[in-house]
Amino acid sequence: MTTKTRTKTKSTAKGVRTKASNARSTRSTSRDDRTYDAIIVGGGHNGLVNGAYLAKAGLRTLILERRHLVGGAAITEELRPGFWFTTFSYALSLLRPQIIHDLELTKHGFMPLLMSSSFAPMENGDYLWLGQDRGANLQEIARHSRRDADAYEQYAHDMDMVCQAIKPIFDMVPPDLFSDDPEEFLALAQVGGIFRSMDKRTLHNFVRLATGSAADFLDDYFESEIVKGYLASSSIIGTKVGPRSQGSGLVLLFHSMGEHDGEFGAWAFHKKGNGGFTQVLARAATSFGAEIRLESPVEAVITKGGRTTGVALTDGTEFYADTVVSALDPRRTFLEMVDPRELPDDLVESIRRFRFQGTSSKVNFALDGLPEYPALPGRSDIFRGFTNIGPSIDYLERAFDEGKYGWYSSRPYIDGAIQSTIDPDMAPPGKHVMSCFIHYTPYHLRESDWDSEKENLGDTVQRTLESFFPGFSDLVLQREVVTPLHIERTVGLSEGNIFAGEFFAPQMFFFRPAPGWSQYRTPIDGYYQCGSGTHPGGCVTGGPGKLAASQILKDRARALRG
Amino acid sequence: MIRTTPFHERTSALNQTHLWSHWSNHLAADRYQLSDKAEYFAVRNAAGIFDTSPLYKYRITGSDAERFLSGVLARDIRTCAPGQAHYTCWLDERGFVIEDGVILRLADDAYLLTSAEPNFAWFADRIGRLDARIEDVSDDFGILAVQGPRSRDLLARLVPQVAETPFFGLVQGEIGGAPVVVSRTGYSGDLGDELWVPAPDALRVWDILWESVQGQGVQPYGLAALYMLRIEAGLLLLEADFDSSRFAWNDAHRSTPIELGWSWMFRDLGADARPFVGRRALEREIADRTSRSSMRGLVVDWEDYDRVHTAVGLMPPKDHTPVVEDWLCYDDDYRQVGYATSFMYSPILQRHIAIARIRPDLARFGTKVNLEFTVDHHYEQVAAHVARLPLYNPERKTA
Repeated sequence: MTTKTRTKTKSTAKGVRTKASNARSTRSTSRDDRTYDAIIVGGGHNGLVNGAYLAKAGLRTLILERRHLVGGAAITEELRPGFWFTTFSYALSLLRPQIIHDLELTKHGFMPLLMSSSFAPMENGDYLWLGQDRGANLQEIARHSRRDADAYEQYAHDMDMVCQAIKPIFDMVPPDLFSDDPEEFLALAQVGGIFRSMDKRTLHNFVRLATGSAADFLDDYFESEIVKGYLASSSIIGTKVGPRSQGSGLVLLFHSMGEHDGEFGAWAFHKKGNGGFTQVLARAATSFGAEIRLESPVEAVITKGGRTTGVALTDGTEFYADTVVSALDPRRTFLEMVDPRELPDDLVESIRRFRFQGTSSKVNFALDGLPEYPALPGRSDIFRGFTNIGPSIDYLERAFDEGKYGWYSSRPYIDGAIQSTIDPDMAPPGKHVMSCFIHYTPYHLRESDWDSEKENLGDTVQRTLESFFPGFSDLVLQREVVTPLHIERTVGLSEGNIFAGEFFAPQMFFFRPAPGWSQYRTPIDGYYQCGSGTHPGGCVTGGPGKLAASQILKDRARALRG
Repeated sequence: MIRTTPFHERTSALNQTHLWSHWSNHLAADRYQLSDKAEYFAVRNAAGIFDTSPLYKYRITGSDAERFLSGVLARDIRTCAPGQAHYTCWLDERGFVIEDGVILRLADDAYLLTSAEPNFAWFADRIGRLDARIEDVSDDFGILAVQGPRSRDLLARLVPQVAETPFFGLVQGEIGGAPVVVSRTGYSGDLGDELWVPAPDALRVWDILWESVQGQGVQPYGLAALYMLRIEAGLLLLEADFDSSRFAWNDAHRSTPIELGWSWMFRDLGADARPFVGRRALEREIADRTSRSSMRGLVVDWEDYDRVHTAVGLMPPKDHTPVVEDWLCYDDDYRQVGYATSFMYSPILQRHIAIARIRPDLARFGTKVNLEFTVDHHYEQVAAHVARLPLYNPERKTA
């Protein structure tokens, strides 16, 4: 046991003694009542998913959340009376469908409202507006390029083929490349089998996406700048790459893996935002018997002789369990919750090298009414989905240039969503809330900091929106700017990376978050990881929480068998 | 010649798709916007407005109206007080269902009845010497269904008594000087009301209603969304889930009310001595337990459904568009145990669901049956379990 952990244990033990002596007769403070089968550190969506699965399996489960509400980065807050802001995460697509069924989420109010269109304004005043009608979409694309209309169908089909082929990989525990266990060989063979079963075109498309740039991939299909810009926008979200960077293909593929009711690449907006979704998860977890404790920041995971025995809160309270699951990101899981000296050097080194470098911000608005697009006056239905401000690959790449050199984009990429058009409960009648995802806003600013630049960023975003929607600023009733620094401070995601670690090939699957530690276990017995820093990653997939639970339950069953 | 409803001038301006069905010789919007699913979600999450005017509407009046109706309607109309409505049905002599409909009791001696198909002669021929009259008032009224969680609050701003109206209650009020009847009824399985408006006042009432719901997330919805809602709600559709016994070629196409799941209508049959058409046959069926099937919901096992599709390299389709046809159900020994008549993927339940007739001895909730599909041009059976209708039943519907 290390010094740091020992110190923690000592101080917390004292705290507990005090509490116990004050109320010896009350059950709530007895050690038994603070003993669980499993404790989850962090009530973000993965922590909740993990806790729900463990509780469903019969484990006495405690979920500890630092803040006054669960959800982590998937929360909805009433920042102005009647106006509900999705402070951070704002839409749903990649949630693994099995979780919906396993956790019976529909019983608890799961309601993914379809975002029925996407609107992409252009700098010349034109636009690309896609919706739910195939024929209309093809004609809309043909307006920009006749060639691109059927190319779009080919592109969509090729992407679907890749997504369908690799979906099993998304939903599996990554095999351990470094193990001699025959079970791992079998799992590896299963991965090989998935690639073997792909036809040449699909496999090659997969490799091109996994290793190449989105721009190269899209250039093979399309000539229209707006079509390419619109599609390439999904290749940069949350990641410090430009559409022409190698690696942006992987981000594009990742986002295409999302589905809404069986349709790849379609997005939904959960009732009352992603905070509404995490409330559903919390209700599901509680219904299975999990206990959720708010305002309970964990100071450290307690370890003894190379295994965990529980956690200590910052106020000294201890909770005991032989299974502790960190839903935090890899840096916090390995370098802060436990003492790095308890871990193998190569793991510590890998985690130190793990790239976070959050590059995204949010600017959220309360609006007095709907903006208007000059080419479509009076058309409010253009806002029934995403408003994509990324009209060309050049626009996105130029925005990246500034981010690359340590500053925020003067014309940023904006993924806007006026969610109150889909869910009227988000704003008072006639008023609206608009969530704007902003890229690129690097965590590390050259010669400044985010506390100084926060409102300047807000102004930059508002100016950009004003240039597409004249009069936008007049509608603004309130503005909330959330930079990577503020994401880190509020939610705890290191460097504000929204995926709990970059989506770079060397940080995925076998290597998420570190070589040899992609199976949700850690070198400390009984200590697990289930955050988005593990496979399959961020974007509200719930996959890490679910897969970690399956691993924990498997290990427990094995231990019982002896 | 095809006709339009009293609201057509407004609904046609809103119908961006220009898609119309012919419903009882009236134009009825299939969908107003390119996404029928968005209309569906408006009803489940806010409120939607549906023009249900093409229904046949009959007014029954006279001092013997109650006596008359208690002899032709299978459900005891005497338990429907003025200010209430009944979902009801009428049978033939052999106890088979002719049709179903909603009847509103406006006063002791005045009723409004809706039906999907013409039934004027059938009712009129059975009045005999009673002091009762039936008039076809189909063209006299437009009807708007306002359905969804926000519907009551929104309508109550126009007709305050709506706030207090119980499930299947009704009030008579006024909108913009036009007399309206608002009944807490609908075909969505959600909280909602239906608004009867005199045809000449239809546009005026529409304008007031439409103006009052702006900014509230309210959408007009068409038949496509309606058919989704009604399957989740377990509400049967004539010529989809059952046929009128009057026009059936054989008994396989006829249904008794017990087989359609309406035995709740006859809970007090023993205490009610009233003669009505089909009564003796109905009593015999109940006593001898001769019902051939039970109406049930089916919930498809999602893993099994995914399995049969992914096995052949297909993305499992999750199409919310309802399909009306026969889907055969088997037990594990490949014996047919029933058939489904309406099938869809339910966005709110996140499952494929169906309305089905199941052999009564296998109709217990939770029983596993195998539903037959074609996948890649061959038959596949997918596990499903028998469930209570309605499959979606929010508390607010009756609250």
